[in-house]
Amino acid sequence: MSAYEISIISIIGINVILAVSLNMISGFCGQISLGHGAFFGAGAYAAALTMVGCGSVPLAIVAALITGSILGVIVGFASLRVRTDFLAVTTIGVNFLFVGFVRKQAWLGGEMGISGIPATGLGAAGNMTMILLFAAATIALSLYISRSWMGFAFRAVGQDEGAAATLGINSGAYKLAAFGIGTALAGLAGGLYAFFTQFITADAFDFIFSVMLMAMVVIGGIGSTWGVVVAAAGLTLLPEAIRFVNDYRLLVFGGLLVLVIRLAPGGLAAMFQNVFLRTRKP
Amino acid sequence: MSAVLQLDGVAIRFGGVQAIAGVSFAVEKGDFVGLIGPNGAGKTTLIRIIAGLLRPDAGRVRLSGVDVTGDATAARVRRGLALTHQIVRPFREMTVLDNVVLGAGYRYTSNPFRALLHLDRRREKERAAQILAQVGLGGTEGKLAGSLPLGQMKRLEVARALAVDPEVILLDEPLAGLNHTEASKQVETIAEVHARGITVVLVEHNLEEVMRICRRLIVLNNGQVIGDGEPRAVMADPAVHDAYVGAGMVGHAEA
Repeated sequence: MSAYEISIISIIGINVILAVSLNMISGFCGQISLGHGAFFGAGAYAAALTMVGCGSVPLAIVAALITGSILGVIVGFASLRVRTDFLAVTTIGVNFLFVGFVRKQAWLGGEMGISGIPATGLGAAGNMTMILLFAAATIALSLYISRSWMGFAFRAVGQDEGAAATLGINSGAYKLAAFGIGTALAGLAGGLYAFFTQFITADAFDFIFSVMLMAMVVIGGIGSTWGVVVAAAGLTLLPEAIRFVNDYRLLVFGGLLVLVIRLAPGGLAAMFQNVFLRTRKP
Repeated sequence: MSAVLQLDGVAIRFGGVQAIAGVSFAVEKGDFVGLIGPNGAGKTTLIRIIAGLLRPDAGRVRLSGVDVTGDATAARVRRGLALTHQIVRPFREMTVLDNVVLGAGYRYTSNPFRALLHLDRRREKERAAQILAQVGLGGTEGKLAGSLPLGQMKRLEVARALAVDPEVILLDEPLAGLNHTEASKQVETIAEVHARGITVVLVEHNLEEVMRICRRLIVLNNGQVIGDGEPRAVMADPAVHDAYVGAGMVGHAEA
């Protein structure tokens, strides 16, 4: 495999983890978050500092998971107070706050970011394998949650918190759980990203990136793990394959987002299901 | 103490309006209580306080002797309270069966981590199918809840309430918006629920049906209990008559 292919596959793996974890929060539990980049970034910085400090890969991964999750639960508490569109706006604010804060912190490298992050020692192919294993584990976890009583209760909370409460479901606890799990995985993706690039700056975790993640979730089919995986891989490859898409990335993603919401709100997953059911019926 | 639901001096004020001014009553196990009152009497506010959607300024709410005044709705449901909404709120994008299965799994869903560790739904599906048959929704299991007509959605509300194994069930206008046939079917279902030993508190505008099926009537007016007892005796009380019927009649006479 060429170095280029390895790097593309690594990025696909990271984006799959990010999109699938965002889908747990926004798809399963219905809490629209447009600040997923902040948790991704928090994990990346935590892992980078750990690597610079002691060079231990397992420790860096744990630090990334925990940092993402702690920040996520804090934002999750906001979701107990503000709902729907207001939550979306709040999470946008969190994303800007994160980038703005990191840029001014000398110990986080300020505008220059953190460079010279020690290598994991696994080599590019080894890193890629690690990323793919974590991506597979994230997909497996997502599929499991969706089938469990937790996923069932998430869907109830996402549809109608009041009705969920009358069935004995504590919506607040579920929203915190969704944020806690989803953002821990975003932190993990950040850690893997730091291993992969060995150089991070705050700009990689900005609001535009969060919107791209949300585009992956919506285009894949909000709530569908496999749809989101396909969309994350496809939308990562598209700019690589087509020069025009790369030049007009935001235009193309924004356009796709609008088209999907207008014409096929269920995304790829629902389109696939429709075609499959139609061909099976006659 | 055998009271499944007890209110002690419950009061709440919204701005300058004393919506509920010291309401106390106890509902005994197995009772069938109708809670009525003219518009603006405070019925909805009182239900919201019992359900845990509003915190009273003063007073206590107890379920089977346990003080739940500070508890949220979900915690009260786990203490044996079930409620239906005046305006139906099914999970529209779930099937009818899943709506009830979710209620039947309340032991798993009471805590997210317990919910995460359990996959199996077979027992709850059987239980949900039984409940649906009881309320006359057999055969609709696979339909999307949002596609049901109103009469069936109202029954689905009752089915969901039954799924959480309640001690006491609070029905907020279960007959509102139903035609005569649907309403009498719904009344039958409610009577069956009571026959199975579940305490029923019914809030309803349909006075005729309330008089027919309730054993005890509590009348609210201006945030206070003005009548409490055997339905016919309560309605014969001139104070109740004035507040509930009289005022309306005077209004009509003047018009």
